[in-house]
Amino acid sequence: MPENTLKKDKPTVEEPAVAVAEAGPAPDKPRSLAADAWADLCRKPLFLLSGLLILFLLLVSAFPGLFSSTDPTAGDLSKHFLTKPELSHVFQPDWFGYDNQGRSIYARVVYGTRVSILVGVGVTVLVTVVGGLMGMLAGYFGGIWDTLLSRITDVFFGIPFILGAMVVLNAFTERTVWTVIGALAFLGWTAIARVMRGAVITARHADYVLAAKALGAGTSRILFRHILPNAIAPVIVVATIQLGVYIVAESTLSYLGLGLGTNEVSWGGDIDTASDHIRNAPHILFFPAGMLSITVLAFIMLGDAVREALDPKLR
Amino acid sequence: MGRYVARRLLQMIPVFIGTTLLIFLMVNVLPGDPVAALWGDKPPDPAQMAIIRKDLGLDLPLWQQYLNYLGGLLQGDFGTTIAGNRPVLDQMTDAFPVSIRLGLMAFTFELVLGLFFGVLAGVKRGKVIDTGVTVFTLMVISIPVFVLGLVSQQVFGTQLGWVSPNVKDSMDMAQLVLPAIVLGSLSLAYVARLTRTSIAENARADYMRTAVAKGLPQRRIVSMHLLRNSLIPVVTYLGTDIGALMAGAVVTEGIFNVQGVGQLLFEALARREGSIIVGIVTVFVLIYLLANLLVDLLYAVLDPRIRYA
Amino acid sequence: MRGAKSAKWVAIAAVVALGATACGGGGTEEANANKEVDPNGIVSYANGEPQNPLQPANTMEAYGSVTIEAIFSGLVDYNDKGEITMTNAESVTPDKDNKVWTVKLKKGWKFHNGEEVTAKSFVDAWNWAANVENKQVNSSWFSDIEGYADVHPEKGKPKKDKMSGLKVVDDQTFTITLADGIPYFHYKLAYPVFSPLPSGFFKDPEGYGEKPVGNGPYKLKSWEHKKSIQLVRNDDYKGPDKAKNGGIDLKAYTSDTAAYNDLVSNNVDSMPIVPNSELANYKEDLGDRAIEQDYSAINTINPAFYTKQWKDIDVKVLQGLSMAIDRDTINKTVFFGTRESATSWVAKGVLGYEADTCGEFCKYNPKKAKALIKEGGGVPGNKISIQYNADQPHKDWVVAVCNSIKQATGVECEGDAKTDFQADLKVRDAKQVKSMYRSGWVLDYPFNGNFLRDLFGTGVAGNKADFSDKKFDDLVKKADAAATVEESAKLYTQAEKQLANTFPGIPLWYNRTISGHSENVKNMKFGQDGDPIFTEVEVYKK
Repeated sequence: MPENTLKKDKPTVEEPAVAVAEAGPAPDKPRSLAADAWADLCRKPLFLLSGLLILFLLLVSAFPGLFSSTDPTAGDLSKHFLTKPELSHVFQPDWFGYDNQGRSIYARVVYGTRVSILVGVGVTVLVTVVGGLMGMLAGYFGGIWDTLLSRITDVFFGIPFILGAMVVLNAFTERTVWTVIGALAFLGWTAIARVMRGAVITARHADYVLAAKALGAGTSRILFRHILPNAIAPVIVVATIQLGVYIVAESTLSYLGLGLGTNEVSWGGDIDTASDHIRNAPHILFFPAGMLSITVLAFIMLGDAVREALDPKLR
Repeated sequence: MGRYVARRLLQMIPVFIGTTLLIFLMVNVLPGDPVAALWGDKPPDPAQMAIIRKDLGLDLPLWQQYLNYLGGLLQGDFGTTIAGNRPVLDQMTDAFPVSIRLGLMAFTFELVLGLFFGVLAGVKRGKVIDTGVTVFTLMVISIPVFVLGLVSQQVFGTQLGWVSPNVKDSMDMAQLVLPAIVLGSLSLAYVARLTRTSIAENARADYMRTAVAKGLPQRRIVSMHLLRNSLIPVVTYLGTDIGALMAGAVVTEGIFNVQGVGQLLFEALARREGSIIVGIVTVFVLIYLLANLLVDLLYAVLDPRIRYA
Repeated sequence: MRGAKSAKWVAIAAVVALGATACGGGGTEEANANKEVDPNGIVSYANGEPQNPLQPANTMEAYGSVTIEAIFSGLVDYNDKGEITMTNAESVTPDKDNKVWTVKLKKGWKFHNGEEVTAKSFVDAWNWAANVENKQVNSSWFSDIEGYADVHPEKGKPKKDKMSGLKVVDDQTFTITLADGIPYFHYKLAYPVFSPLPSGFFKDPEGYGEKPVGNGPYKLKSWEHKKSIQLVRNDDYKGPDKAKNGGIDLKAYTSDTAAYNDLVSNNVDSMPIVPNSELANYKEDLGDRAIEQDYSAINTINPAFYTKQWKDIDVKVLQGLSMAIDRDTINKTVFFGTRESATSWVAKGVLGYEADTCGEFCKYNPKKAKALIKEGGGVPGNKISIQYNADQPHKDWVVAVCNSIKQATGVECEGDAKTDFQADLKVRDAKQVKSMYRSGWVLDYPFNGNFLRDLFGTGVAGNKADFSDKKFDDLVKKADAAATVEESAKLYTQAEKQLANTFPGIPLWYNRTISGHSENVKNMKFGQDGDPIFTEVEVYKK
């Protein structure tokens, strides 16, 4: 039963895992590490819990209208701080009360999911592609490429993440979600590049790579068919964990006032607003901050589960 | 060993140049004019602006400005600020000691408690204590630092009155305790998790089995064999974290009004004081590089198999 | 497990508890009545580190200005009604064209170093400050004086080191010749930039910037950078505003919440302005120690007339938008009642202020708003945005104004955040504002022309929206040519009324100084420029 439900979840839960899992458990062949890992994951309550949570968050961010019919930007000052949270009003606009503009906090929390998820996923994808490629090049070709790329990595890695993002985002007078994603990816790719480089160096000298070389396989074939599948595991782990970090980074930047226009709803921006009223109306801080924590938690737990599944040493 | 260190130090030169150039260029594309900022919200005076620019060398082509800056840097001159015409170095020597203090306090906090929790959970793997530590660290990681800062300031500062909600004297260690705890909490959780995982991994290593088989006492096994070997990834993390703590303090410093580097940078950014921004980030990159070198050398101490030639 | 549980509990309980425990305070009932006043008591004030050296013409931001105003006295000053009073000057008299102004000084005034204040002290100081090579940020204040272009050319080196418009007649008299007659020139003289300087200053401007020697009610005792500036009473002071306390301790704070907490707990005697986060609480926290005073500053939102949207707009649309803003409610909720809804384009506390020049257009009336916008052909694109800088607390009111417009008229409205003032200004200067932008203006001198000519005149530096109205310009010209300052103010009010027909800015609120004082002092007041009036403060005996 759990097996079944989970297979349905597959496509949305974790793209890379799906890709590797597809080759999955054929009964008579020996199972690959990926298939092994997948089977292992399905037994983990940590994974099930975080997977379901993430699925739910994805759903909310894709269709916020399903969860709240209130416009999150429509304010009515006569409702200024009016209602404190009330349990009996579940899913009503006033469930969580109203903020300083008389906007429904519930609607804002629902609609705020989109920015966080978009930034988290967007940055992770960008970083994995760019950082992965860089790491692969450095690791596989070595020599001058490695030296050059490693020094560049050093430059970016040494620049403190939030400070760097502050400088980069300041350069833009027009900011959209994509600007934020770009800025975070611009500074964040090094983490993946390093992990990938290490993994590729290990894989480069493996017997199967040497064999493929001897058989006359081209560089790109060796890289993408032989080395990548064997080096991807640590990258997936780091990427999953970093996803939560990027979500926190986005909210931190929004909190620092480097966020988006006032019609964009973001948890970080709402926490910024709330921080001015923390003494009089703490509830307007509590809900966006709570959702933010839950989201980050979900991705960290997913990362933990994936790592435990992919790392045989931890079994 | 000596040659290894020398090579690593030489490698820092291109990184140093690359960083300063990158930040220098980034600062120059920032919108706004630091000279016009002297006039606040009043209309600036073009004739005066031209003279000030000339005096500060801001009318030169960008590459020349960069070379001048680099040249000054080699002589220990970080430039002068546009507002008030004061040496940048003075501002940095005011701010860095504060950040170093805060960073070291946070570092000690994360090191001591992080290792303690990590070892506890790792040794008692699967027990209630382990679960407790896991849940606790997960929770700390999932609460963003600025939320933690805001809430603890409000609770311990304003409501309970245990500490002053705002730091008044940034050099007073006692006032820095709460900011340091907030700052160090995230790293604490990471250290605890890392230590736990590492210990759990190593607990099943062959040398451990050997040690147990040899009949060594439990205490000695844990401290000499297990801990020493498990510390390598933790040391890596801690090494890079010293710089990160100081640099990452911008939010914590802002909330608690600590006059450290983060605050200085935040203000410099608002005033577009390029030389302060470049100077601070450069120092951070250097700290990061040196810390990395230190970590690599520590490896050799912790793991006898590693030798640097 | 226990650790985890309790940590979680603390976090939640903490947040919940915040609402329940309202901070007490303010229980400071009048035990003060029979306290004795100490004439030598020191007033402490939450200030900050001045940005520039303490030279009168080089100080623009608040921290430096507060210090300069205590150390230096100008020729004239103004009272809370915007009337000019004499300080170091015996008289300031214009000729009939308001072109040549004769200044007579009071006798016996001395600088803190004992040097006599003479006509030369003023003339030299002004010539020095106007000189472009001395890099004083306020030098454009001298631009009305004849010969300014010689010492401050738009390009290149100055041709002379003296302005031809300044002439020393004798020790106590000098004349100022203006390039064009201005009836209200003496109002400008109240600005600290027109302070005198002792002769030693010109040999060592930097040293004197570090240890300023002035002629004002207070002398500098010490300046410990980033910690405090100590001022003591000048016992030889001859001016009307002799200090009633022993001195001032200007403490450098780096956070206004820290200053506020110190104010509540009597660790500092006053502060410039209560931080936003405490606006809801300051009355309760401070009780009768709370201070609320008029501050001559106004907030507007201005349409950028160079955009397609506003280029050929029917003024009815702008009038309608103005009527769609519920100023009173926003003031009550977002500002906790700490501002005042604007009914004109000129702030309170200046000569020529007149309420209601905006008339019904500044009163909330959603029905009429909708009708007017419709009559005017609607807002092009049916969407406006308000640009603001996110480094100051503007977001809340911008959002509230937008929501008010949306609700009343159905016009879409969005706040357009720019990271900080620098970025905001750059967009404004580059004429790239998409729709409207927020603007604020604090008086330079207490005369209504300052709010009109310098903001809405064609081509002036403060007019960033490319607004131009011939009728308004003509009225301004007429007002500037008036014989007396009163007449000029009246003519300026006419010009102001003309703004209702063009609406280059939608007036929102007048600011107020929201502050407080400790239990240790009384008579703490602020001027309409937002700066504290220290000389009147009396300190209780400890």
